[in-house]
Amino acid sequence: MPKEEAFAKLLYLAAAVLFIIGLKGLTHPRTAVRGNIIAALGMLLAIVVTLMDQRIVSFQIIVAGFVVGGLVGVIMAYRSSMTAIPQVVAVFNGFGGGASAIAVGAAYMEALKGEWIEEITIQFTSSVAMAGLIGAVALTGSAIAFGKLQRLIKERPVLIPGRHVINVTLLLICLGLGTWLVVDPTGSFPFWAMVGVASLLGIMLVIPIGGADMPVVISLLNAYSGLAAAGHGWVLNNSVLIIAGSLVGAAGFFLTALMCRAMNRSLINVIFAGVGTVVATEAETEDIYAGRVKSASPEEVAMLLSDARRVVIAPGYGMAVAQAQYAIQDLMLLLESRGIEVDFAIHPVAGRMPGHMNVLLAEANIPYDKLIELERINPTFRQTDVVLVFGANDVVNPLARDSDPSIPIAGMPILNVDEARSVVIVKRSLSPGFAGIANPLFAADNSLMLFGDAKEMAMDLTTALKET
Amino acid sequence: METFVPALTIFILALFVGFEVITKVPPLLHTPLMSGANAISGITLVGTLITSGARLTTATEILGFLAVAMATANVVGGFLVTHRMLGMFRRKD
Repeated sequence: MPKEEAFAKLLYLAAAVLFIIGLKGLTHPRTAVRGNIIAALGMLLAIVVTLMDQRIVSFQIIVAGFVVGGLVGVIMAYRSSMTAIPQVVAVFNGFGGGASAIAVGAAYMEALKGEWIEEITIQFTSSVAMAGLIGAVALTGSAIAFGKLQRLIKERPVLIPGRHVINVTLLLICLGLGTWLVVDPTGSFPFWAMVGVASLLGIMLVIPIGGADMPVVISLLNAYSGLAAAGHGWVLNNSVLIIAGSLVGAAGFFLTALMCRAMNRSLINVIFAGVGTVVATEAETEDIYAGRVKSASPEEVAMLLSDARRVVIAPGYGMAVAQAQYAIQDLMLLLESRGIEVDFAIHPVAGRMPGHMNVLLAEANIPYDKLIELERINPTFRQTDVVLVFGANDVVNPLARDSDPSIPIAGMPILNVDEARSVVIVKRSLSPGFAGIANPLFAADNSLMLFGDAKEMAMDLTTALKET
Repeated sequence: METFVPALTIFILALFVGFEVITKVPPLLHTPLMSGANAISGITLVGTLITSGARLTTATEILGFLAVAMATANVVGGFLVTHRMLGMFRRKD
């Protein structure tokens, strides 16, 4: 190997090492900012090394792509709210997958002309097929996830009849076209046809999945875009692409598994079962609530809070939608100024992506040592005087403890808020959560409903508490 | 075949390194982990650069531009949004 090539490969290795060190930095909030910067430097190094590549003879397209892509990236990164982080990650993810699919397509077309590589090998064509297939699924799957999260399309599952048969057929067509590409690499038709069918498959795979299952979908699509990048690395025989893609694939699959475990559901169930399609009717929920639901005013809840020694706040997606985190922080500060201990109970799948609640609460300057995960907070509810549930429903539903398989959330670990002395549920109405089932917590003896918007109610509670 | 096996070796070993590092990330930081990892998957930009810098036909030129722009947005946006998020976890004292 020529000297320059060896040097470039060593620098690529350095970039890969920087990625690993960067990810390691994310293991603690104190080192995380530095870790992210280290990873970004690794990326910069990889890009600079690549721009020195002999094969690059024209820079016009590259500069144009940098400018347009850079602008889009900066604008999206700075203009988006923290509530919208899941959508933003979905879009970037789709871009990454799409870029892999398109770029391997271009590389293949160049290879057909006899430029680019000396000979078209099976490794080359099979990697082209793999990166094209996975990249296209990541692109359109992410686009649908974005649409659902942004409420541009129906958030609840859309179940197309015979979808399993359709999906298997689409996958088989993709694999068939991919095999054609590998066996007979003489034209670009099989590649683009495969990308087209895979794009359709990406849509079909995500459309039956509901909004509350998005933490799983986003993690999985993230893994796919990592694999597409690794496949792209095989096409170019480039180790930094393979290593980085593999790291991202590992992160994506790890979080996917974690989210599934947090819901006590298998990946197959999340992807194919269409949970959230059936919503309990009023007549069904009436049996459970039947006059046992007690509603309270902010003043009454404030009285309860002023007598408490320990208060736990359990946020859910409702807090994110209402942008209530700042109002909740005011309430927390007031409670603490009266010597009341306040903690936050974070369920792993609360929100629309893993760790979503933590980011929102951190945005409102709530110290991260108050954000306590499920396993650690659950034993403390018995010593808690008041739990304030803000916009969470399924993750505090005691029905999850039931083993009846007809309950969609059966066996899901929940926040055991009902063990506290009193539970106040801040919610607009008694409507069921995403799982579409009633919540007996609302009718429990120690529960009070505080009907209203999460942000308004947090502000009303603060005002009422100041007056007591 | 001579490049396939080393590539597969790197891939598998990197998967294990990835799992080792990532399982130690606390749930507190799972959102930044995902967006940061997502930015790293924009490494596909390196591949798009090699492809788009070659002497191209018009068709591959357009494809190259699209791929570079998308991958750049992924990288730049991904690292910036992660940076913004992580800034919020700084201790305010």
